Amino acid sequence: MAGLTLRNVKKVLGKTPILHGIDLDVRDGELVVLVGPSGCGKSTLLRTIAGLEVPDEGEIRIADRDVTHLPPRERDVSMVFQSYALYPHLTVRDNLAFGLKLRGASAQTIEERIGEVSSMLELTPLLERFPRQLSGGQRQRVAMGRAVARHPALFLFDEPLSNLDAALRAEVRVEIKRLHDRLHATTIYVTHDQVEAMTLADRLVVLRAGRVEQIGAPLEVYEKPRTLFVAGFLGSPAMNFIPASIDSGIARAKDFAVHVPASIGGPTVTVGVRSEDVVVAESDGQLRFVVDVVERLGFDCHAYGKVGDVSFVARLNGEVARTAMRGTVIALNVRDGKAHFFDVQSGDAVQ
Amino acid sequence: MKQSSTRAVLVEVAIHFVLLVAVCAALYPILWVVSLALAPSGAPDARALPIPDSISFHSFASVLFRQNSSGTWVFAVQLFNSVVISLATSFVAVAIATPASYALARFRFVGSKAGTSLLLFTQMFPGVAASVPLYLLLDSLHLLDTRSGLILVYATSAVPFAIFQLRSAFEAIPREIEEAAMVDGATQFGAFLRVALPAARPALAVTGLFAFMTAWNEFILAATFLSREEMFTVPLLLNSYVSEYSAAWGNFAAGAILVSIPVCVLFYALQRQLAGGLTSGSVKG
Repeated sequence: MAGLTLRNVKKVLGKTPILHGIDLDVRDGELVVLVGPSGCGKSTLLRTIAGLEVPDEGEIRIADRDVTHLPPRERDVSMVFQSYALYPHLTVRDNLAFGLKLRGASAQTIEERIGEVSSMLELTPLLERFPRQLSGGQRQRVAMGRAVARHPALFLFDEPLSNLDAALRAEVRVEIKRLHDRLHATTIYVTHDQVEAMTLADRLVVLRAGRVEQIGAPLEVYEKPRTLFVAGFLGSPAMNFIPASIDSGIARAKDFAVHVPASIGGPTVTVGVRSEDVVVAESDGQLRFVVDVVERLGFDCHAYGKVGDVSFVARLNGEVARTAMRGTVIALNVRDGKAHFFDVQSGDAVQ
Repeated sequence: MKQSSTRAVLVEVAIHFVLLVAVCAALYPILWVVSLALAPSGAPDARALPIPDSISFHSFASVLFRQNSSGTWVFAVQLFNSVVISLATSFVAVAIATPASYALARFRFVGSKAGTSLLLFTQMFPGVAASVPLYLLLDSLHLLDTRSGLILVYATSAVPFAIFQLRSAFEAIPREIEEAAMVDGATQFGAFLRVALPAARPALAVTGLFAFMTAWNEFILAATFLSREEMFTVPLLLNSYVSEYSAAWGNFAAGAILVSIPVCVLFYALQRQLAGGLTSGSVKG
């Protein structure tokens, strides 16, 4: 059974096209994360799935039912908003019961669901409070509880953690993962935070300017980015890009030379190297890295500097991580098979 | 450390002194009214501290229990008129302004902007400027000297202002809580009814109270459209004690106190709503 199917979904807001024909298949029980920079259309896509926006073109199917032109209430979805959007005049208990009451659930069912949700999310001591009496983290849990209590066919999360502080964010992230492992509910999760995207997703959908840039399992997308954009968006620090020219099987730039697979022709290529994919060379390396700033993080360090004229970040550990300082020159090699090559014009990955 | 705490105390003292002066300035005229109402002579007494030597409830009694020549209990009838007219004005204003302001706040439609400007336009003219045409209008509708006539006039001027107040109240309610309701299973109207309306309760209370008080205090239009004593509202009652040739200040003061009691009661009853803050906590912040 399909959880969610999108076919050529297009949306124009005012005169600005936001979504340029999105196709997506989400399996039943799958957690798919929509990720992309702000303005890429991920929230609009989520609101279109919820029925809060009407697509200008295309088809939306939830649990094998065409819902394209149905209002939100008939789509059997529930949504966790970035701002939580709790009902201010209702207690936590009534917030949880709101959707069930509207759907005419029996008092007994409502009681059961509230019990189930509040023990799952530790809301029991908060049930009689009003939203204004709750902390940010508690409000967040209530918002999730309200979504869960309905047992919908599809869960929608719109950047639910962006209003929490870092420590709480990590905690709730794990909570969401646990919740999904337990409920196996089909879930669409929107975020611009790549840690959330990488850790939560069964599959990632990277969006850019209203188009799907790449779909795949998080590690697959991370390790085999299909475009320069995806490569640069995922990963922290961001991937290093070095413009190089190809000469007899070697991509060369100033202080930089790596082997290129034979299949890649062309006079020039953009070489991508992740900061963690370099190792200190025994003698002469493929890169001559001049350190400018070092951030020591304990286990390893982020060294910011230059290779030739290009900015470069290397994640280093061991002895060099302790001693490197401004002006240190380090010979580095790229780990085998970890160099990425992108077409200079199109930005597509080439192999 | 010590110095800063001394400083804090001084600041506190200064603040309280200023507040005390403000309270005295606000209470002094009220004290005069109370003293006039309780003075046996019922005449103004030029003293710095208006505390009567002896207390008499004569003025109150004469205002409360006066009967006119045909035996009508004047105060009761006029109080009733004022209550009915003010309540009805407030109800009509809020009932019309609520859906109108919600529509203006939430939907974009042809004429929504022009309509809003037009509403503002109506607020630029004092109601008195229209008193002659209104008089003729009410006359031809046979609504002169009736409560419904006055309600109609008051409501027309209260509605635009109420729409303005409520529109900003609805705009301040985050759209997401209504969207959440719609995802949860409500229709657009259901979201309005179950979420937006309860969240706007403080604003509705303030708007209603304001319309009530405006109608309660209005004098000139009432004086223009009402001629029979049995139809008078309480501002006209007060006016009747101060005429060109005589001024029953004691009665006037007693009447003023009696007339302000219902408004005080309303304020007290609605103070929880007036304090507001009911929407806080629904979204972040």
